[in-house]
Amino acid sequence: MNQVSTVIRKEWEDAMRNKTVLSVVIVVPLVMTALPIAMLFVMGRAPVAAGDLEEMGRLLSNPIFAGMNSIEAMQSSIASFMMILFLMMPLMVPVTIAAYSIVGEKVSRSLEPLLATPISTTRLLVAKGLAAAIPGIVMAWICYALFLIFARFLSASDRVFAFFVDPMWLIAMFILAPLLTVMAVNVGIIVSSRTSDPRSAEQLGSLVVLPLLVLIFGPMVGLIMLNSTTFWICSVVVALVDAGLIYLGVALFQRETILTRWK
Amino acid sequence: MIRTQELSKHFRGNGSPVKAVDGLNLEVNEGEVFGFLGPNGAGKTTTVRLLTCLIAPTSGRAWVNNLEVGRADPQIRAQVGILTESPGLYERLSARRNLEFFAELYGVKDAKGQTEKYLRLLELWDRREAEANTLSKGMKQKLAIARALLHEPPVLFLDEPTSALDPEAAKTVRDFIETLRGQGRTIFLCTHNLDEAEHLCDRIAVFRQRLIAMDTPEALRRQLFGRQTVVDLARFDDRFADAVRSLPFVKHVEAVQGDEEAGKLVISLDDPPAQNPRIVLTLVDQGAQIQFVNELRHSLEDVYLSLIHNGDSGPGEHPHDWGQGAAQ
Repeated sequence: MNQVSTVIRKEWEDAMRNKTVLSVVIVVPLVMTALPIAMLFVMGRAPVAAGDLEEMGRLLSNPIFAGMNSIEAMQSSIASFMMILFLMMPLMVPVTIAAYSIVGEKVSRSLEPLLATPISTTRLLVAKGLAAAIPGIVMAWICYALFLIFARFLSASDRVFAFFVDPMWLIAMFILAPLLTVMAVNVGIIVSSRTSDPRSAEQLGSLVVLPLLVLIFGPMVGLIMLNSTTFWICSVVVALVDAGLIYLGVALFQRETILTRWK
Repeated sequence: MIRTQELSKHFRGNGSPVKAVDGLNLEVNEGEVFGFLGPNGAGKTTTVRLLTCLIAPTSGRAWVNNLEVGRADPQIRAQVGILTESPGLYERLSARRNLEFFAELYGVKDAKGQTEKYLRLLELWDRREAEANTLSKGMKQKLAIARALLHEPPVLFLDEPTSALDPEAAKTVRDFIETLRGQGRTIFLCTHNLDEAEHLCDRIAVFRQRLIAMDTPEALRRQLFGRQTVVDLARFDDRFADAVRSLPFVKHVEAVQGDEEAGKLVISLDDPPAQNPRIVLTLVDQGAQIQFVNELRHSLEDVYLSLIHNGDSGPGEHPHDWGQGAAQ
């Protein structure tokens, strides 16, 4: 376990000195948090336009907005779309850290001396994975908490605030988000094994956020409805994908494979 | 200390497998500095990776410090230090943190103390907080050597330790390797620098996918070129060469006439220290004016090139026989 914490500490120390990684780990999540807060603020004050009334009607027919007036429904619905951004953080942050952590080692050729140490491949993989995953999850939770603090004051009513701590969002943040992180870490490893430039790895890896667009645009076009069931289904699907990706990631992250096949 | 038995590593190429290491048999003794020489692509790095348990052999066996590769890999890794071809440092971390990190991974009890010891020993203490990317090539190489030594391994693999270094930095590194020899460590040194090999190594192996020859530089020299005495004469005459040829122990005489009267005789002998006095007497009896008597010493480069070029037509059954054969 000491070796794992040693690697994690080194990874974070290295990441903290990398401005690109630092901006993705800290700045981007904060911007992503500011967006739903800003939407809450604006929706709480902007008068509802006549053209929006029809949309309101559609929204209000969604059972999760039952009992809300138009401002409450507007705040809840817009902010909830924005809250999907919290699920992007566990994807973007780990992919970036993993890309720089692994491809960075390939570029600086520090992987070989590292692999020559007695640390087992499993421990090294776990350490690299945790070093990438923990900041992603923690940032997502911090930003969610930050959002809740602002939402407490900006929500039009307690019913709106209650919407943001609905079991649906708790499932999203505490079950789906960690599963997404596992997916991101493995995508980061897989992509890293095939690229020799951290930026390319980061860009390729960031494609992992694409499936999330279904959760953003799906409700808009009536394809899916955001509720607990949706997030449970998403969690099961992501867990299955994770299983496949872990298998592939472990197969790729072997000493001999890294040294002889990673180019 | 290090032993291999028909060690082979084949990689999958486009179609047919590529033999990187083919049936390698070698034995490196405890406390020895062993030079592993070969051209680019000969399989030297692959051999080091096999012996440091970074990759698995396709066939054959190997032992490092009495532990078998493939059966005790973590233990072997804990007992060997490796200097890879490039320093491979964490560029954004300080020199100190680079070492502390590896000391902790190797399970060194006093990681900070050991880090300080090697930073001071390699004269990097004043730059300990400098990020690795601000260090010169020589400093980076020294830092990488320190990293390989942190856990005090009895076996050290050095892959091209002075390549890409300026002469001064290379000398510093060579001097340090000399001090390591004094500590009784076994050092497996891959190098292209033949002067370095000559200067540092107790024995060398010339290798290209297969072992071509293995012995001390001096023994290989003798096997390839025999022992030769050069006699410089103030005035050359063919009868001097004939007189030397008539001696029963002389194997071969090559007469080389200079631009003017002077010339030299290159005489192949089995035992020059015992036979040179007879040669000198014979020449003096013939009225020769001897200017110098020296032993012709072929450079390691001559030995290496001869072995590599002759090796193209395929090595013999035993490396020594091959060296002997090439000398005839």
